[in-house]
Amino acid sequence: MKKDIKIDVHHLTRVEGHGNIVVNVKSGKVEKCEWQVPEAPRFFEAMVRGRHYSEVARITSRICGICSVGHTLASVKASEAALGIRVTEQTFKLRELLKHAENFDSHVLHVYFLVAPDLAGAPSVFPLVKTHGEVVARALRLKRLAHEWGSLIGGRTTHPTTVVPGGFTKLPAKKELETLKERLLAAVPDLQATLKTVLSLAGAIPAFDRPTEYLALSSDDAYALYDGQVQSCLPDGKRQRWPVSDYRKVTNEYMTPLSTAKYTKNLRESYAAGALSRFNNNYDQLHAEAKKAAAALGLKPVCGNPYLNSAAQVVEIVHSAYDSLRLIDELLKSGIREEGLVKPTKYAQGAGAVEVPRGILFHEYAYDKEGMCTMGNCIIPTNQNHANIQKDFDKLVPELLAKDKSEKEMELALEMLVRAYDPCISCSTHYLDVKFVK
Amino acid sequence: MAKPKVAFFDFACCEGCQIEFTNYGEPAFLELIKHVDVVEFREAMSEKTKDPIDIAFIEGSFTREGDRARLEEIRKRAKIVIAYGQCATTAGINALKNHTADYRKEVYGKDAGMPHLDSQKAQPISAVIKVDYNAFGCPVNKVEVLQIVSHLLHGKEPVIPDYPVCVECKRRETICRYEEGDHCMGQTARAGCGAPCPADGIPCEACRGFVSDANQAALKKALIQKAGFSEARAEGKSRMFTANQRGDAK
Repeated sequence: MKKDIKIDVHHLTRVEGHGNIVVNVKSGKVEKCEWQVPEAPRFFEAMVRGRHYSEVARITSRICGICSVGHTLASVKASEAALGIRVTEQTFKLRELLKHAENFDSHVLHVYFLVAPDLAGAPSVFPLVKTHGEVVARALRLKRLAHEWGSLIGGRTTHPTTVVPGGFTKLPAKKELETLKERLLAAVPDLQATLKTVLSLAGAIPAFDRPTEYLALSSDDAYALYDGQVQSCLPDGKRQRWPVSDYRKVTNEYMTPLSTAKYTKNLRESYAAGALSRFNNNYDQLHAEAKKAAAALGLKPVCGNPYLNSAAQVVEIVHSAYDSLRLIDELLKSGIREEGLVKPTKYAQGAGAVEVPRGILFHEYAYDKEGMCTMGNCIIPTNQNHANIQKDFDKLVPELLAKDKSEKEMELALEMLVRAYDPCISCSTHYLDVKFVK
Repeated sequence: MAKPKVAFFDFACCEGCQIEFTNYGEPAFLELIKHVDVVEFREAMSEKTKDPIDIAFIEGSFTREGDRARLEEIRKRAKIVIAYGQCATTAGINALKNHTADYRKEVYGKDAGMPHLDSQKAQPISAVIKVDYNAFGCPVNKVEVLQIVSHLLHGKEPVIPDYPVCVECKRRETICRYEEGDHCMGQTARAGCGAPCPADGIPCEACRGFVSDANQAALKKALIQKAGFSEARAEGKSRMFTANQRGDAK
């Protein structure tokens, strides 16, 4: 038992961005156990200063290539709050439909391309083309569906074009929405097969329990993805809500030498964001089909196993497909109307939040009388998870040592843990901050 | 010719151009990997190699001296280096910070001096190593990327457009943004994207950079005279993705 372990994973693979895992154990004693974030910082908050409100979202979208739809939506919502713009019901629904597309898209990518290889004992999806050809083909079909679904509403999925403060610059045609509906219905067998595939691999998901604080948007009207208030759910199920404008009180950012990304904490020493946090907060509002998927996966709120974030993503894939069918029906029923963009009614400061695939995302801006940005701040879900990942490491490493796991087994367990959070590290080190305009 | 070995590497960027690689859908993606052997792609695979590579796609900008050795190592191993996406070709949006002096302080406040927050000006990877071809765009045009790869596989020179986006708007009969009362940078922006932005109702912001002989003074004049921008806004606008290609590049 009194063994030495040395794990040094430099630039962990199958995650977005750059992270390191460093563990040193000497004679059974943990000397070092760190999740490090060395991603090159990019300074977006400094870049948006002096920019017109119409182009700010197209800059901050570039924080992340995977969740650029989410960054765009959070950005236009924050600008709209600052500019006193209330969007129409049609815009709201189309944005919800777009948000579903992004979460579906990213979850498919994560579950099939980044997580499944670990569970199938493969180093990546490429060898699976030979051994699991139909699974890979299905993943690519679902990925393409999501990409084209998002592109129909947002113009494209990597750095969307049509989403601007006040509404949309281009609307989908009725026929296009009808086609999307048909394609979503046709994808149902692929969703069922996804669930089956994940169930067949679920035995390889490690058992680990460290309940924490779970933070997510929450709303009385829907399973919150595009809109809601900030909600915390503690392991005992106790919930508390804050308005989005109070986001700094909830996130409490701080710097650490371990990371170029800032860390956050709220009611406890760390909290989690992401699919599992949303699931734990908002289970009741999931679509019935998504609840069935959760039951099949044995997933119940409040779930304290971070490895099951990937399972919660599968549940959300199902939810997004079915809830989008509802949205399309409602949009078709009311008919798509050319509405023009809603204009600013003031120039001030405002915050906006959406649930991106990896969790709750906040943007905030201030504008001067000319509509030029004087301040920007973005708080990214992956930042909010870094401290929680570290706390998981602190509990997991001694547990693995007690089970007498080999260095290789420990390394894989830690890598899989980080991957389960689906970190988006280039996002998290975008760094913006914050001078209050008084 | 044996299947060429292809690898992807990333530096300071959003990795969105790598994501475009997953957006081809089933037929194109499965066909592509019949013709190339992907040997290293950190975002998608755990396999790593020290072997020579035929084509290296490098995404992201050079922003830290500490990344120099990694770039040189890739160059040594690769027959062909493709700067993949705008961050790699001109430093694109990352270069927006170059003309500000206080970006570290603005973002990290009192912690700005922590050594691991090192970041110099954003530069294209050609500032460090020789680049053979550029795949421009923020994001890249995934169809153009297939064409570049296809040309290389057939032993041909890829054709990279060096004419303005206006040409592509005319070709697809998009009404000019200036006619719609908006502004646009398409007249000096490098084409090859297919001009999706004006067709979607927003201005071209030259995300692929300028054409090689762009008349930057005329662009500024158009933004001021035709779109009614202030001098300062015209300056800022024409810098959006092109800070490193302007006369006042740092």
